[in-house]
Amino acid sequence: MDLFLQQILNGIMLGSTYAVVALGLTLVFGILHIPNFAHGHLYMLGGYVTFFFITLLGFGFWTAMISSMIILALIGILVERVVYRPLRDQPHINSFISAIGALMFLETFVVVAWGPQGQRIPNPYPNPVEIGGIILTQQRLLVIIAAIVLIVLLQLFLKKTTPGTTIEAVAQNREGAMLVGINVNRVSSMTFAISTATAAAAASLVAPIFMISPSMGALLGMKAFVIVILGGLGSVPGAIFGGYILGLIEALGGGYISADYKDVFAFGALILILAIRPTGLFGREEVG
Amino acid sequence: MLLKVENLTKQFEGLVAVSDVSFQVGAGDILAIIGPNGAGKTTVFNLISGILPPTSGKILMQDEDITCLKPYQVAQKGIARTFQTTALFDQLRVLDNLAIGYKLKTTTGFWSTIFRTRGWKEDRDKCTQKVLEVLGFIGLAEKTYSLVSTLSQEEQKRLAIGIALMSDPKIILLDEPTGGLIQEDTDSITALIRKMKKTGITVIIIEHKMRMIMDLADRIVVLNYGEKIADGPPEEVSKDAAVIKAYLGGEYIA
Amino acid sequence: MAVRLFFKEKWFYLLILAFALTVPFLVPGRYFFQIIIMSCLYAMATLSMNLILGYTGQASLAHAGFFGIGAYGVGLMTKAGISFWAALPVSALLAAFIGLLIGLPTLRTRGSYFAIATLCFGVIVSIIAGSWVSLTGGYTGVVGIPKPTPIPFPVIGKLSFNSLTAQYYLVLAFLLLTLFVMHRLVFSLQGLSFMAIRNNEALADAVGINTFATKILSFVIANFFAGLSGGIYASLIGSISPSTASYMLTFNWLVYLLLGGVATLSGPIIGAFAIPVLMENLQFLEEYRLLIFGVLLIVVIIFSPRGLMGVIESVWNKSKAKNPVRKAGGEYAAEGGKPDQAI
Repeated sequence: MDLFLQQILNGIMLGSTYAVVALGLTLVFGILHIPNFAHGHLYMLGGYVTFFFITLLGFGFWTAMISSMIILALIGILVERVVYRPLRDQPHINSFISAIGALMFLETFVVVAWGPQGQRIPNPYPNPVEIGGIILTQQRLLVIIAAIVLIVLLQLFLKKTTPGTTIEAVAQNREGAMLVGINVNRVSSMTFAISTATAAAAASLVAPIFMISPSMGALLGMKAFVIVILGGLGSVPGAIFGGYILGLIEALGGGYISADYKDVFAFGALILILAIRPTGLFGREEVG
Repeated sequence: MLLKVENLTKQFEGLVAVSDVSFQVGAGDILAIIGPNGAGKTTVFNLISGILPPTSGKILMQDEDITCLKPYQVAQKGIARTFQTTALFDQLRVLDNLAIGYKLKTTTGFWSTIFRTRGWKEDRDKCTQKVLEVLGFIGLAEKTYSLVSTLSQEEQKRLAIGIALMSDPKIILLDEPTGGLIQEDTDSITALIRKMKKTGITVIIIEHKMRMIMDLADRIVVLNYGEKIADGPPEEVSKDAAVIKAYLGGEYIA
Repeated sequence: MAVRLFFKEKWFYLLILAFALTVPFLVPGRYFFQIIIMSCLYAMATLSMNLILGYTGQASLAHAGFFGIGAYGVGLMTKAGISFWAALPVSALLAAFIGLLIGLPTLRTRGSYFAIATLCFGVIVSIIAGSWVSLTGGYTGVVGIPKPTPIPFPVIGKLSFNSLTAQYYLVLAFLLLTLFVMHRLVFSLQGLSFMAIRNNEALADAVGINTFATKILSFVIANFFAGLSGGIYASLIGSISPSTASYMLTFNWLVYLLLGGVATLSGPIIGAFAIPVLMENLQFLEEYRLLIFGVLLIVVIIFSPRGLMGVIESVWNKSKAKNPVRKAGGEYAAEGGKPDQAI
């Protein structure tokens, strides 16, 4: 029973990361229709930037995380401008190839700068806490809470602020938004900045628990795509629930069935579900 | 009757795009479908050509039910079509564009392609012959090797019709074949459509240019808000009270 | 024939063949020879990837997965004592068959969805290769795979594949086979229907092409040759591991394909030879190799999406369109010149 609860908590923690990362991706892929396949790699870079601020500049954990979010927001804007905007009116496959170029660059850049081996960020909150018989470290609890805070803040931003509602407007009707004078370029930049900053936050939060490594972005990026496709393009609730569900499936599947094959569950599920519904579980439209 | 459309209805999430529309086309006729924007004309084309499944109703081609066929199967039954926004195979040459239109007439598969069997060669020669014929027919022989992106708008529209002609269709559906063209070019396309009629092809055409349609069509079906409001020869339709009302201030009647 | 529908350049191919046959006498050393052999294998893989990605317009990123299936097939079967010449076709057919099974669900999707679904499949293959230890040897992989079984000849003895020269000619033969099949496919109505789907799937459907079946065909053929090249790789290199099926390999081929020229027959080959040879001469850049590839990929897709040979081909086509008489000669003027008469 304890093991079961332990796995559930692990699943929720893992799912929190997935939810935050998928949320950022669904904004970019679902709303701007940009298949930002480098999303996982930007997440990875976010972890490394935090690592850099803590180990080399001696920042505290929170300062480092916020600095990393700002840096990644800027990098996100740059990536959108350089990698995707020139290809906006071309087939999706071209953006996808461009994205592969970007991720090769990012991964190799990190390998060259920090080496191929994993790095560990010192855990700022290593003390254990006990909740109902389950012992977990404060950092794990922090990941769960911070993810919820991030998700709520992002929702408030999208629903209650003017810049947030312009993103919603573009999501619902791109031509209409342009007609009423919304600058789609600016919305693209802003969406990218938010998307990459949240990814950086997610990476920084879990970095003290898992190691960071240059290859950690690839699988996570793919999982984020799986979540977004299954949860419905551009659907914020779909990304959040999808993230938690995938986290739980992996933790339970990995704990009870096979740790080696835990990633196969997610990817296999995608292929199986696309067999039944080519546009995803909640997909309304296809991207070209 | 070559093609019969019976009680065709299409709803999109509660919105009725086409409502209980019936009409027939005789072999060798030119039937025009007209109506204000959003009357459901293109939807009718998409239903006939199998791009959309109808909510209810039937489509019969020579008394054979073709209602639920896929687009490529409808094409194999002898119904070709063009699209409102000129659809071509952009990165290819005029020659290749036409040849693709011949694919459905061939039966050779993978192995005969690899070994270039006699059947494959016969297909290739017949295809080449047909390409030449259609190139002459649509008047694009001088552009045989041009990339389609280098063609003028009018030439592109001719080519789109040419692709449809490659499979020797019995019926061809033309969705605004002169949309966006100047008068001179409209006339040349009109002449091409007349030439098609002479060779015995049945034409169903969607158009907004009333003068041209009144001149060209044997029969006219008028749609308004997805419903058929008139059906008959041009003279009759142009005097129809319901049509005049729908087109109040319209181009031709006013 | 009045108008040549599918042109071919016999002399050009003969020249290339003559050069390819003399390569063993020209290479400076064993190491470089190895690179040439690898390039032949990768050229096969890139050529077949070009069929589904370049000609049919479906970005399959599972290509290394199918390469890996072929490689593990041959590796495991020949180690179990089965002849290479039986194991190779069986493995390639296995890759084609699994391709069919994966194509049936994934080819119903479009664009990025297909790319992601195939990438997921590619990752599944390498996870299985790494985790099914009893079959695949896990992350250490399969080692000591025998070289291709010698072919007995009645009079001159038998042809064995221990020397690099023999191995080279073996790979060259398979590369030429791949090129031959691709050439026949591309310059035919079958090939045109692949390109029709790439350029305008809705129109292809409307002119009577069964687009789903055509995409499946393209995917299955592409995966057959991916499996074939993987099988030869396993036997010649002698060891395989999950990285043989890694998506990074797919990305490498993507770079060869894009830089060399998408949807051309020469482009993938030029890419697969020129880039590795160039990288060998720029050893000091080894660490930065993928960094440079990444930037090149972005630059090429933005500024010249059809790559080197694509640019050359479009210039060539344009010059022909301007002076049609030059290429098609009197044939063109005789029949096509006067419209209406051809009917």
